Amino acid sequence: MTRSPLVLLGKIWLALILVFLYAPILVMAAMSFNASPFYQLPFQFSTDWYAKMAGNQQIITAAIRSVLIACGTTVIATCLGTAASVALFRYEFRGKRILQVLLFPPIAIPWLITGTAMLVFFFAIGIGRGTPAVVIGHVALALPYVIVTVSARLSSFDVTLEEAARSMGANAWTVLSRVTLPWIAPGIVAGALFAFAVSFDQFVVSYFLSEPGDSTLPVLIYTAIRKGFTPEINAISTIIVTVSMAVMFLAARFSKFGGSR
Amino acid sequence: MAELVTPAERRRLFTLLSPAYLWLLVAVFLPLSAMLFFSFLTDMPQDAPDWGVTLGNYAEFLTNPTYSTLLAKSLKLAVTVTFFCVLIGYPCALVLAKSIKGRSREALFLMVILPFWSNSLVRIFSWAIVLRGNGVLERAINFVLPFDVRLNLMFTTDAVVIGLVHSYLPYVILTLYLALQAVDDDLIDAARSMGASKLTILRRILLPLSLPGLLAGAVLVFVPVVGSFMEPRILGGRMGTYYGTVIEDQFVAVYNWPLGAALSFILLAVVIVILAAASPVLKRAQT
Repeated sequence: MTRSPLVLLGKIWLALILVFLYAPILVMAAMSFNASPFYQLPFQFSTDWYAKMAGNQQIITAAIRSVLIACGTTVIATCLGTAASVALFRYEFRGKRILQVLLFPPIAIPWLITGTAMLVFFFAIGIGRGTPAVVIGHVALALPYVIVTVSARLSSFDVTLEEAARSMGANAWTVLSRVTLPWIAPGIVAGALFAFAVSFDQFVVSYFLSEPGDSTLPVLIYTAIRKGFTPEINAISTIIVTVSMAVMFLAARFSKFGGSR
Repeated sequence: MAELVTPAERRRLFTLLSPAYLWLLVAVFLPLSAMLFFSFLTDMPQDAPDWGVTLGNYAEFLTNPTYSTLLAKSLKLAVTVTFFCVLIGYPCALVLAKSIKGRSREALFLMVILPFWSNSLVRIFSWAIVLRGNGVLERAINFVLPFDVRLNLMFTTDAVVIGLVHSYLPYVILTLYLALQAVDDDLIDAARSMGASKLTILRRILLPLSLPGLLAGAVLVFVPVVGSFMEPRILGGRMGTYYGTVIEDQFVAVYNWPLGAALSFILLAVVIVILAAASPVLKRAQT
């Protein structure tokens, strides 16, 4: 397109939006290194809040729990989701369209509704609150993301490759492990990273499903903010943002998410 | 793709599919059904042995104007946030899709999308630091301007709107970008060569062709905002009572779960109506 004042204006607008998106996060990160607990300026560099955070047993326990839950969710959701994607791609059967539509509700229904419904149901069947309930909820939320991501990769898969392998005497397992899986590997990695991010960043469902005093990191942060926050929360929040952005950056590299195709 | 012919293939299909869908059944679809059931109870069965069936929870919603007022307040908030997301996001998506090319476009697109995938709670919290009285924003403005400005944004509806727009803007830009990218450049060139002004191109070509993407983005913002509770709690303070926060209270503070279930289910009905109304457009946006 031609260079025109309008295009220049658009680019300035885009730049302003990027400032809007990143400025608060950068301010938070900066304040986590500021010595004053009341965000007083002038800025004085200090890593005290990170030291305080590292000494806070509650934060450390919650952080470890969050990472473990996210890892568990990732493994379960990736295995189940990949299997389902392969089946949805490979076979034609009645009800397939319905199964694909059923992936939509966990993403589209507000988490407040899903979370409270899980709480009510899990209590009714005796699971109650706690880490198992949180994992069950997180896997359900992550599954659609894994299936969509892996299916997107599969859609570019050439089925004749499988037929060729089979015609040359490969059995079903060999076809899967030597032809299909290597092709969809980037999709699986991206799906796994999405699953990790969904679980690690999940607040609403964890909030309703975790036992008080036995919470994940986002739940702990929410409780702390409502009590009146300290820069320790800044420090841990800065770490969380860095981790989840890094994970998503990797996921974007592995999946063909956006950009020119 | 193979048609199912042999029993062995049927078995394999079942083995591959059933774990994922059983999980969704237990963790999403049964809970939603259970919630409908519990919304008609007087007490939770595990708390009171003498629980009974009632329409009282729904009657409470209809007779107590607090709930309908708050639902209207939440819907109005969703309209406001959606409006600003589209207004701010459209020029962004347009520039990204049509004016910037190659690697820098990819990098900028990733930069816009990345915050969406970082922790939403933490991003709302970061606004609390920026907006608080005598906070970073006020200091920055007062540093530039010669006279003293008091914004008093924290714990207002405006703060809630700012936080929510920040949370959902990347979503709108994503759907709009995908829609605008699909518009054929030749179409625009043809219109220009025949003397169409930029405004005409926008009004007659770009807007109509990107409308499915626009509506898809709008729905994807509107629905979660109607059910938001964490953002109003943190940024709204006393002004932050919405339909979502009332549902939260029923489950974590008041412990009236049947009423909470009824309120959640009414919200679900609203969401389903919105999604159903938008579904023809959403389907078009997918293809």
